[in-house]
Amino acid sequence: MNLDELYQEVILDHYKRPRGVGLREPFEGESHQVNPTCGDEITLRVHVEGGKVADVSYENVGCSISKASASVLYELVNGSTVDDALARLAEFTELMNSKGQDEGDEETLEDAVAFAGVSKYPMRVKCALLGWMAFKDALVRAEASIPGRTDAA
Amino acid sequence: MDAATKLDVEAIRADFPILRRMIGDKPLAYLDSAATSQKPVQVVEAMRRFTEHSNANISRSVHTLGSEATEAYEGARAKVAAFIGAPSADEVVFTKNSTEAINLMAYAFQNAALDPAADPRFKIGPGDEIVVTEMEHHANLIPWQQLALRTGATLKWIGITDHGRLDLESVPEVITERCKIVSFTAVANLLGTVNPTSQITARAREVGALVGLDASQSVPHIPVDVAELGVDFIAFTGHKMLGPTGIGVLWAKADLLDAMPPFLTGGSMIKTVTMERTTFAPAPAKFEAGTPPIAEAVGLAAAVDYLDKLGMENVRAHEKELAGYMLERLETVDGLTVIGPRVPIGRSATVSFTFADVHPHDVGQILDAEGIAVRVGHHCAKPTCDRFGVNATTRASGYVYNTHEEIDRLVEALAQVRKVFG
Repeated sequence: MNLDELYQEVILDHYKRPRGVGLREPFEGESHQVNPTCGDEITLRVHVEGGKVADVSYENVGCSISKASASVLYELVNGSTVDDALARLAEFTELMNSKGQDEGDEETLEDAVAFAGVSKYPMRVKCALLGWMAFKDALVRAEASIPGRTDAA
Repeated sequence: MDAATKLDVEAIRADFPILRRMIGDKPLAYLDSAATSQKPVQVVEAMRRFTEHSNANISRSVHTLGSEATEAYEGARAKVAAFIGAPSADEVVFTKNSTEAINLMAYAFQNAALDPAADPRFKIGPGDEIVVTEMEHHANLIPWQQLALRTGATLKWIGITDHGRLDLESVPEVITERCKIVSFTAVANLLGTVNPTSQITARAREVGALVGLDASQSVPHIPVDVAELGVDFIAFTGHKMLGPTGIGVLWAKADLLDAMPPFLTGGSMIKTVTMERTTFAPAPAKFEAGTPPIAEAVGLAAAVDYLDKLGMENVRAHEKELAGYMLERLETVDGLTVIGPRVPIGRSATVSFTFADVHPHDVGQILDAEGIAVRVGHHCAKPTCDRFGVNATTRASGYVYNTHEEIDRLVEALAQVRKVFG
């Protein structure tokens, strides 16, 4: 089993030095996701402003894959348009479901292509997707709450 | 206790072809028997022989195969009964697993709540109490928790000390006159604690409550005699004791089984049936609706034979020694913290630990690359994890076929984990 493929340096780097970690205000949508098989958890907030993801903030406990994935997510979608963020979400989800058949497009996914190796380990795909599921859910909540609201509880 | 003789581990290993497997280019070190044990050729062979030679449905067929299958199935029941010291084979109910066995008990209470003529021992409602412990596997927590929620009864539990033992001092206060049922684990699946049972069973008797054990982690590893234990029921499962998956056991006292309403209903569990009404067969048939796991029962009987041949006192002695070695070696690993008792007394060869800040999933993945199979996660004991302030642990568990060398490999591989994540 080629461990280097799973634990690429870029993944370990994001794990050891997570980007954008911490819960911040303001935010319009918040999501709490749990991986029931291992107990990993993430709380993630999204602040949307003018059609852009103005901030993604999060607190999480979990394995290196789930923590690095949240950090990569932050880098990728923070400051991008909501449409672009949704496109990255779809692309990353597809990569994770590729069972090692897809290498990912570095142009669009940047550091997230390092997770291509994870898609060969079915037990770990859920770890990699946990933060992204939280992002998807928080974004839906944010968009639902935006008219007439500036602060979500 | 009789003097135990040493197990011939090399000879035992020869009976388990899977232990010769390679994981990549590394030989398998299987340290996950608390999740499921491996099966010796004797078990696999018995099931194959039955399937190829005698397969038929049981109980009603008059043909040769049918009678052979019935004999094999009922023979397995008798064998299991003898293995746990049950006074009668009719007290052994075959289920799918421990979880189903415990649900069968919990549903006896729930179904009794709807039946005005039900035995008062099973009548439960607001004001009544159910007692478990904080170290239960979810299988012996959720059925009781849900029963409490549905009937208005109160769920209470005996806590855990910092050393991973039951807080027995609290027993008189937790188990009160209002208690109807106490169900607790004999051996904790995450902590590895072997619980002393007498104080809890005595208190349950004192207040007139029924008392039972989740014996999933005890029957495979230590001699169990239900008469000696003085409990009302125990639940355990085949696949953790060298047997196949798909078969578990509920043992309960005959008078209790007689008084209990059935759990699942349907074929094979009846005396007479009309369109309006059914009368039920006596136990154990009353609790075995539908075609049971017949080949699995044959496999379980072969597993019981195998363990009997080894001698359960010898199995216990081997695991006690193994537990001592595991604890001693693991304690030398820098940054490793054992969750559970740290001395091999009142302890199984199941050791959970955290390792520096490395998540158990990552530990397990690196160990797997070294051919070492351990379990990672919450081990279906989330409240236990919460009690010790951890989200998950890495758990190594030994059985009759495990060696010191495998423990040494585990310890060495943990250095590798440190290298990647340090």
